[in-house]
Amino acid sequence: MSLDKPAQAGTLESSDIMVTVAPVPPGSGIAIELESNVLAQYGDAIRRVITETLVAYGVADAAVRAVDRGALDCTIRARVAAALARAGAARQGGCGR
Amino acid sequence: MINAIGREIPAHVEGYGKVTPFAGAFATEPDMPRRAPAVKWARPGAAKLATGLEEVFRAIPVRDGMTLSFHHHFRNGDGVVNLVLATAAKLGLKDLKVAASSIFPVHAPLVEHFKAGVVTALDTNYMSGPVAEAVSRGALAKPVILRTHGGRARAIECGQLKIDVAFIAAPSADEYGNVNGIAGPTACGSLGYAYPDAEYADKVVAVTDNLAAYPLTPVSIPQTRVDYVVKVDKIGDPKGIVSGTTRITKDPVQLKIADTAAKVVQASGLLKNGFSFQTGAGGASLAVAHFVRQMMVAGGITGSFALGGITGYLVAMLEEGLFEKIIDVQGFDLEAVRSLAANPNHVEVGAGFYANPFNSGCVVNMLDCVILGATEIDTAFNVNVVTGSDGMIMGGSGGHSDAAAGAKLTVVVANLLRGRLPIIMDKVLTATTPGETVDVLVTERGVAVNPRRGDLKEKLAAAGLPLKEIGELKRLAEAIAGVPQPVKLGDRTVALVEYRDGTVIDAVRQVVR
Repeated sequence: MSLDKPAQAGTLESSDIMVTVAPVPPGSGIAIELESNVLAQYGDAIRRVITETLVAYGVADAAVRAVDRGALDCTIRARVAAALARAGAARQGGCGR
Repeated sequence: MINAIGREIPAHVEGYGKVTPFAGAFATEPDMPRRAPAVKWARPGAAKLATGLEEVFRAIPVRDGMTLSFHHHFRNGDGVVNLVLATAAKLGLKDLKVAASSIFPVHAPLVEHFKAGVVTALDTNYMSGPVAEAVSRGALAKPVILRTHGGRARAIECGQLKIDVAFIAAPSADEYGNVNGIAGPTACGSLGYAYPDAEYADKVVAVTDNLAAYPLTPVSIPQTRVDYVVKVDKIGDPKGIVSGTTRITKDPVQLKIADTAAKVVQASGLLKNGFSFQTGAGGASLAVAHFVRQMMVAGGITGSFALGGITGYLVAMLEEGLFEKIIDVQGFDLEAVRSLAANPNHVEVGAGFYANPFNSGCVVNMLDCVILGATEIDTAFNVNVVTGSDGMIMGGSGGHSDAAAGAKLTVVVANLLRGRLPIIMDKVLTATTPGETVDVLVTERGVAVNPRRGDLKEKLAAAGLPLKEIGELKRLAEAIAGVPQPVKLGDRTVALVEYRDGTVIDAVRQVVR
């Protein structure tokens, strides 16, 4: 599954995460650039949830930038899913199934 | 070595000496005489008024390696620390120790003085902002000594913190050195934290921007201890010193915690005539006063005294007759300043009277109840208020450990999650206040009672409070947020956390990221 265009979801409010996804050439893989106020404690967990969500939507190649303000896993999943939908991944049939 | 609450601390620290490990909140007894400062005199006719700080530095004279002390009633509006240290730098002084009761973001220029070697040691009870971050990252070769407000008074009075020159930020001073905090553009109310400095320093300098006619009354710091008076243009920024009014939080979670905490106080049986109370100004703490006030009005209860950092909220309770007295070591807002100036039942006291464990009895010993915050608390009820969960220094005990040790009922109020971070740990990153002095933790999802207080647990259960084991609360938070990874810190000790009795309760390690 590939992305049509860059897209964003989420805010910089406390307990939210702002996720930007952008298409990259096929075979590039997933690159995550993460900023977080809980990087030391939850950095690995946030990367894992983002990656798992991309994989669940069948996205193998994407550039992700995430600015986290202490979002819980459910919020991270929702914001990644919304960004993917806006980027065209949903139209291609990956969303929620 | 390992102390009584299982914290790894160094046995010896350069510039501090042999470390005495924390052995229990009341286990270490004093075995020293009080320190006697040099005897001073002033001939009739000799003037104390100096034209500037440079003149005072030369007259004393201030030399390399000396300890200069400061008090923090101006908080983030303080101009005196920066002014004095800029003078020291200009005169080429090196290797000074700064003993300031607290350090705030406004004191950022101190970082440059570290780099230049003007200041090479720091002794304080609380620090936040750029200085705290620089220290955390290892800006000083010698570990910073972090004390409690009562512990600083003890260290000064018992000779572990010898002050060469104390600088008093003086909202009002007369030409012969009488000082008070109730008038002038930087009026801050009580000057309590400066009392031990003025009493025990070899030389005392009052720095003011508001010279009053002699004799200035009332006298907080007396002419008998003050050697020089310096008039400068501006000693601080009133906006950073006091707020107009201190408001109760509108956060529904914090209000719920405060409401529950007030019910804990009521269920403890202490809320009756003669009740004495301390609470902070921040977050849920002040909101507890709001709910306690309603209970006192409803029950026709008159308390004996309110203590600590004083806000307009406590002043209103005094004026409504809900408390007989206010005992004030530090004021937080303009109402506290006004009340201290006008009301004989609002009493200014020094840091030693407030909280020094090594005198014949400080006020915290007479407290029924204190409400305190926490950055982290562990399943043994040890509290961290020194470092953030990432290891960066962002606070300090202040009066936290003192009030917790003195009060019959110590309640810690805290959100179960701060952002994503669970507040309850197996082991806090930096132990500040020992669990044996903490009785109850109140969160929005339940109340945990220290197992040492079985008596209290029965009373709270009878009152229908939502009791849980502290481990259960911890698991609840982790189910929501996930289990945080432990923070990796360096090996180097950047600060020692001294308990109020002078033993070391923990060491702060360098942030290496």
